[in-house]
Amino acid sequence: MLRDITFGQYYESHSLIHKTDPRVKIVLLFLLIIFIFLAQNGFALGFAAASVLIIMLITKIPFKLYLKNMKAILPVLIFTAVLNLFYGESGRVLVSFWKLQITTDGVSRAIFMAVRITLLIFISSALTYTTTPNDLTDAIERLLSPLKFVGLKNAVHTLAMMMTIALRFIPTLIEEAEKIMNAQKARGADLENGKLTERVKALIPILIPLLISSVRRAYELAEAMECRCYNGGEGRTRMKQMHMAGRDFIVLGASLVICGGIITLNILL
Amino acid sequence: MDSIISVKDVTYEYKDEETTVAAVKALSLEIERGSFTVILGHNGSGKSTLAKMLNGLNKPTSGDIFVDGINTKDEENEIEVKRKVGMVFQNPDNQIIASIVEEDVAFGPENLGVPPKEIKKRVDDALRAVDMLEFKESTPHRLSGGQKQRIAIAGIIAMQPECLVLDEPTAMLDPKGRAEIIETLIRLNKEKGITVVLITHYMEEAQNADRVLVMNDGEIIADDKPKVIFSDVERLKRVGLDVPQTAELLYNLKKNGFNVDTHALSIKEAANEIIKALHSEE
Repeated sequence: MLRDITFGQYYESHSLIHKTDPRVKIVLLFLLIIFIFLAQNGFALGFAAASVLIIMLITKIPFKLYLKNMKAILPVLIFTAVLNLFYGESGRVLVSFWKLQITTDGVSRAIFMAVRITLLIFISSALTYTTTPNDLTDAIERLLSPLKFVGLKNAVHTLAMMMTIALRFIPTLIEEAEKIMNAQKARGADLENGKLTERVKALIPILIPLLISSVRRAYELAEAMECRCYNGGEGRTRMKQMHMAGRDFIVLGASLVICGGIITLNILL
Repeated sequence: MDSIISVKDVTYEYKDEETTVAAVKALSLEIERGSFTVILGHNGSGKSTLAKMLNGLNKPTSGDIFVDGINTKDEENEIEVKRKVGMVFQNPDNQIIASIVEEDVAFGPENLGVPPKEIKKRVDDALRAVDMLEFKESTPHRLSGGQKQRIAIAGIIAMQPECLVLDEPTAMLDPKGRAEIIETLIRLNKEKGITVVLITHYMEEAQNADRVLVMNDGEIIADDKPKVIFSDVERLKRVGLDVPQTAELLYNLKKNGFNVDTHALSIKEAANEIIKALHSEE
């Protein structure tokens, strides 16, 4: 049951976006998100939406996988949209009750917000579907590496090492949690029935052994790392080198065109 | 004798608030370069404590250990000692650092600052040496215990050590995984000339060794070829170790008046001994 939880959502479909340098992808994700929120009028937002849809098509990821990610965020989306309905300051009043009123301005605000959030989810899914968690960690380490010049040398390396180890141990710990749950069930623990408070209490005999064993694992791992000459980030080399290739510049260029387009439409219309 | 590791009058004490327990007592030992040594002992015999001192993970309370002439207490050469004497532990899960096999094997050489191109070559060589090259891009948690332990060994081999110390590497594996590991170790020893120090409590794993040491209560109580060690069934039983079934059978036959050679270790040798004895009865 727990084993079904996959960490990260990588989906292999050999697209151009899959092969793009993860560093480029992360930077572009942030850039596009900023520009999606900068789009002020319908044309600019429509252009952004069309661009995001094209990117989604290029990834060759089944559309229903994107929708699956939408489902989780849907309550937040609806809440934000409804809230925005009442924030219209100008425009024709459509509905009015108590102290609240919905204006045409409010409706357009709500639609804008909903579209922006949807695009945000789609574009970030496009990153996580096309990049393995390991590549993401690596890319974040390399992107943050300029921080070492402002005295955060070890922080960047430590953060990346922590992420690597966390990713490595998630499946191991899930397996362990499953074993402990089965062991407690065999001793008569009831994990599925009862009131919420009872079920929360039933988790304690699972969490405590899991915590203790994790601490033991951490200790053994530290010894094993020491035996493999680990000495912090100093003097360390990396087997995998990241090089920007031609296609990375194409993706970069295309994204800049999208951003330029949004700004142009903002100003012109 | 050309020793890769010299242990000179080493004592190791675990200190509590009140009591001091000596896990290793005034022990001296030479490990010959290129040899395959097995250290046997039951739980609490001090064998793991000794293992952790061989690469400087633990420092002796008194006495000195030299690895290729370098004292393990010498802080400046700590990394070099750990590179020369690679260490593999019991639980493969707690030794694997990365979520992709090749990245995990690369961890050691990366720490040593080896250039990227050279790391790639070393990773391939190490994976080939443990016969796991085809799993280069797999995720460790999808592999079997024996395969994971071979990855852990490859991670050490990639640092190009001169000696491999393994602390009960087969204790958590099934019989198939155990056989895989022992086979790998024999091959590394014979083909690559890597010195192997295998710590275990499975007698069967000691059969292929050049030399077997038996530890009890922090001391070495026997040091000889496997055949000699196992023929002394009574002594092994006295220190709480199980004797290989063949050795025990031959021992009992001999005690009951059959003329068998108790030095036979493998099932085939033992069978031949028994047949010979039966023929001579007639």
